[in-house]
Amino acid sequence: MRDFSYSRATSADQARQAAIQSGAMLLAGGTTLLDLAKCGVFEPEAVIDITHLPGFSDIEMDAAGARIGALAKMGEVADHPAIRANFPAVSESLLLAASAQLRNMATVGGNLLQRTRCPYFRDPATFPACNKRSPGSGCSAIGGVTRNHAVLGTSEACIASYPGDLAVALVAFDASVDLGGRTVLADEFFLTPGDRPDRDTVIEPGEMIAGIVIPASPAAKNSTYLKVRDRQSYEFAAASAAVGLELEEDGRTVRDIRVALGGVATKPWRARAVEQALVGKALDAASVEKASRLAMEGAVSHGANRYKIELAPRVVARAILQMGGLA
Amino acid sequence: MTRTVHLSLEINGKTRELDVEPRVTLLDALREHLELTGTKKGCDQGQCGACTVHVDGKRVLSCLTLAAQVEGRQIATIEGLAAENGDLHPVQAAFLEHDAFQCGYCTPGQIMSAVACIREGHAGSDEEIREYMAGNLCRCGAYNSIVAAVREAAEAA
Repeated sequence: MRDFSYSRATSADQARQAAIQSGAMLLAGGTTLLDLAKCGVFEPEAVIDITHLPGFSDIEMDAAGARIGALAKMGEVADHPAIRANFPAVSESLLLAASAQLRNMATVGGNLLQRTRCPYFRDPATFPACNKRSPGSGCSAIGGVTRNHAVLGTSEACIASYPGDLAVALVAFDASVDLGGRTVLADEFFLTPGDRPDRDTVIEPGEMIAGIVIPASPAAKNSTYLKVRDRQSYEFAAASAAVGLELEEDGRTVRDIRVALGGVATKPWRARAVEQALVGKALDAASVEKASRLAMEGAVSHGANRYKIELAPRVVARAILQMGGLA
Repeated sequence: MTRTVHLSLEINGKTRELDVEPRVTLLDALREHLELTGTKKGCDQGQCGACTVHVDGKRVLSCLTLAAQVEGRQIATIEGLAAENGDLHPVQAAFLEHDAFQCGYCTPGQIMSAVACIREGHAGSDEEIREYMAGNLCRCGAYNSIVAAVREAAEAA
């Protein structure tokens, strides 16, 4: 890890100003920054610790929804009574992520900005070619070991999957990211790689996530996060689904449904085609399984990740059927 | 040019002064600068849990924490767990009783994680213990005995 200077930000404005400087990086929980600095992916010259900024860790809930400060820890948000009651999928997405230790460290703002776990991205010494790390250098993953690479939203430049869980739940429930001067829908905050895989999000130099806003809704209140992975715990998703469901008074016709996928796409992936196929329809296993296949429209595999195209719709269907009381 | 920062850290109730480069992690500060080698370096990348310590009572990974970040916080390591007279902490005693290790390298991290796990109220069943101890890997595979030790210590707490 290259040496760097360390300073503590005294105000949000000062942090934003400092972060514009070339080679400067903001430090929150440190679980991404220090990890990737040790890998040689990040080489900051100046690290600005923002964890002592007051007022950025609050979790507030009212009738309109929740506002979560960017510096709130993953574990605090997961266990917060108002989040558990009104956004079960958000709480579950956090509890199923990382380990208890990491959840005590990592902030939700930093969680949104975590980088891909693509092993080629994380190993510059062995794999110099990576368009996400060094634009124009090529992609070592295409033609390589791709078991956990994306099948949706890929480009010829990059097939790295977005690894996070929280953002999948946020995208499902139309949450927004407060960047201080502007607020962006979570769905639009994340970018597909296209020909610029070095850009994961729309965040610009000098911007800092201030908080996350999640609107309350009956579908968000009746929601779940289902995560399927290679081991029971402490592992990234092979495929995951955030699902929220609101039924009509008859108890079986869909009034509102939200579906988003993780572990299979280059960004948190909202599956609107699945939602549109089911809204206004009566829930039954056959129609749910058929609609869930629409989540994979446009999917492209690269060898070993082919299983995701079969797995992900089953995860979506199981989550919907669970929420509808049919599984 | 090597720049250093002067730090004053509260470790196991004692104030310790040190001068380190800003990039030095809490783990390296403990092991290389303060002769507190009970905290172990496994993967050094936040994946194994061997370096688990408590900061302000919460379990964290010292390998992904800068020493400079925790100035002003209360840090607890495995060396501070037993009583002054040498009596073992109940979790340490339970690990001995259940032979909850083989090589012992992951054990300080397992014990620090288990103390926090019990304090959090996440040791109510074997299933819950397995989930909330998932961040501590044991390559010898002593998991069954670790779960038994945590369960017994939790029941006695």
